[in-house]
Amino acid sequence: MNEQPENLRNFTINFGPQHPAAHGVLRLVLELDGEVVARVDPHIGLLHRGTEKLIEQKTYLQAIPYFDRLDYVAPMNQEHAFCLAAEKLLGIEVPRRGQLIRVLYCEIGRILSHLLNVTTQAMDVGALTPPLWGFEEREKLMVFYERASGSRMHAAFFRVGGVHQDLPQKLIDDIEAWCDPFLKVVDDLDRLLTANRIFKQRNVDIGVVPLKEAWEWGFSGVMVRGSGAAWDLRKSQPYECYAEMDFDIPIGKNGDCYDRYLIRMEEMRQSVRIMKQCIQKLNAPDGKGPVVVEDNKVAPPRRGEMKRSMEALIHHFKLYTEGVHVPEGEVYAAVEAPKGEFGVYLISDGTNKPYKCKIRAPGFAHLQAMDHICRGHLLADVSAILGSLDIVFGEVDR
Amino acid sequence: MDDAKLDALGQTIVSALPGAATGYRVAFNQLTVDVEASKIVEVVKYLRDDPNCRFVNFTDITAADYPSREKRFDVIYHFLSPTLNTRIRLKAQADETTQVPSLIEVFPGADWFEREAYDLYGVFFVGHPDMRRILTDYGFEGHPLRKDFPLTGFLEVRYDDQEKRVVYEPVRLNQEFRKFDFLSPWEGADYPLPGDEKAGPKV
Repeated sequence: MNEQPENLRNFTINFGPQHPAAHGVLRLVLELDGEVVARVDPHIGLLHRGTEKLIEQKTYLQAIPYFDRLDYVAPMNQEHAFCLAAEKLLGIEVPRRGQLIRVLYCEIGRILSHLLNVTTQAMDVGALTPPLWGFEEREKLMVFYERASGSRMHAAFFRVGGVHQDLPQKLIDDIEAWCDPFLKVVDDLDRLLTANRIFKQRNVDIGVVPLKEAWEWGFSGVMVRGSGAAWDLRKSQPYECYAEMDFDIPIGKNGDCYDRYLIRMEEMRQSVRIMKQCIQKLNAPDGKGPVVVEDNKVAPPRRGEMKRSMEALIHHFKLYTEGVHVPEGEVYAAVEAPKGEFGVYLISDGTNKPYKCKIRAPGFAHLQAMDHICRGHLLADVSAILGSLDIVFGEVDR
Repeated sequence: MDDAKLDALGQTIVSALPGAATGYRVAFNQLTVDVEASKIVEVVKYLRDDPNCRFVNFTDITAADYPSREKRFDVIYHFLSPTLNTRIRLKAQADETTQVPSLIEVFPGADWFEREAYDLYGVFFVGHPDMRRILTDYGFEGHPLRKDFPLTGFLEVRYDDQEKRVVYEPVRLNQEFRKFDFLSPWEGADYPLPGDEKAGPKV
């Protein structure tokens, strides 16, 4: 069996689109040299829904629900970026209670996303218990989403100028009561995974990204923090009331999958810390008040007012038919979403619909580096790397 | 960074790159620099390597379509400088045939973003090694984010049970696509209101 070298060729396999470790509808065409990955060609777009085109046809209010469906693991963080962009163009500031509620729910979103990512990454490398434990907590968080907005996932809770409705006091108390027991669950997950021999073998020194490469590949969020950059938009370019929150930014040293896992674990604890501060501020006297701007040209009047005031009724009618006219201009607004920098680039032509709305999704930039990161790794590492990139196809394909 | 500093930064960039960077403006506390499409690589290299800029983080490439203009596309680049803690936006004008140089040599992360701009707008990047479509279907025709591309598209897809395969057919709408335009006639709607076309000429 002396085969000539020219008769040898690399083996090409198709990974996905229907594969549990593909985290959605990713199709990877893998070229394998034995068990070593020689080339990765990700095919995306299987979940492309034309979100940006649709948003161009909708008023600003109607555009918000599309953002829930991007990264459907942490819906409100996406809405936040869009609202910030529109608010910048309109030049309005959100009332304090509105800001606190937004921050509270963005941190819930961060925990939702990290819980899903950390636990499913563990599942990708062979552990079944973490997702079972993590999803129990996600379920509780989704109930908080539901109690605030009426839906478990696609909340459409944020509005240009604030949030849709105030939170009942009971809900705030329940979120507060959830915080401390959750830290125990994080500790449990920590004990299950962090020192686990198999988990470490599958993650340590896998998918190393040096910082310089991370910047020029357009990485953001956990992906640059894992490589050692102390960069978090909540700290470096604070929006809403993040400037007054006290929290730490964990950063990694080695830029491998294991560091990214550790950062996500620590960020969950920090998020709980922010949530507790939000709740404390919401309960303080200066945390009471309106949750949305009181300018009726932007935000609708309250229902009770509409029963009595003709003007309120007209405002309501105009807002829900014509919508808000956003002044001409262009703006890029970004938030630190759980997966990285989620940006919205909005061009307004002065009418009630965006002229252009570009959604800059962190996962898109991360996934394109798959080929670069995976080359030279073993086939089994592909799923570990994919897990640590934290990909959700709603936002990659848009 | 406040507006005055951004203004100074814009001035530095424009004076350092004569012929390539043609103008700048600061709006909403964000700096926009107009660049010549053919010189984009030079500008981006300067922004990345100059010690006063250090825009090392690639953020985004996209385009915007203005069909009424002679050069209908704006190609829009975003970069972030972690050192200065500021962002920059570059704008270059292009049309369907302009060959915009690819940034892939300077920022490998530009790869998919350029493919996306090509896919959705039809902006052409030269020097890109793999200019395939990325988001749309295999074999898709047209560039969906152009303003003259209809929202409903041209083809629809369904699974044919007899043929046992997915078939492509021209879009068939049971009801005409309704475009709700609620722009108030007092605020600049320049078309006849629905129903007004039935009225005869005013005497």
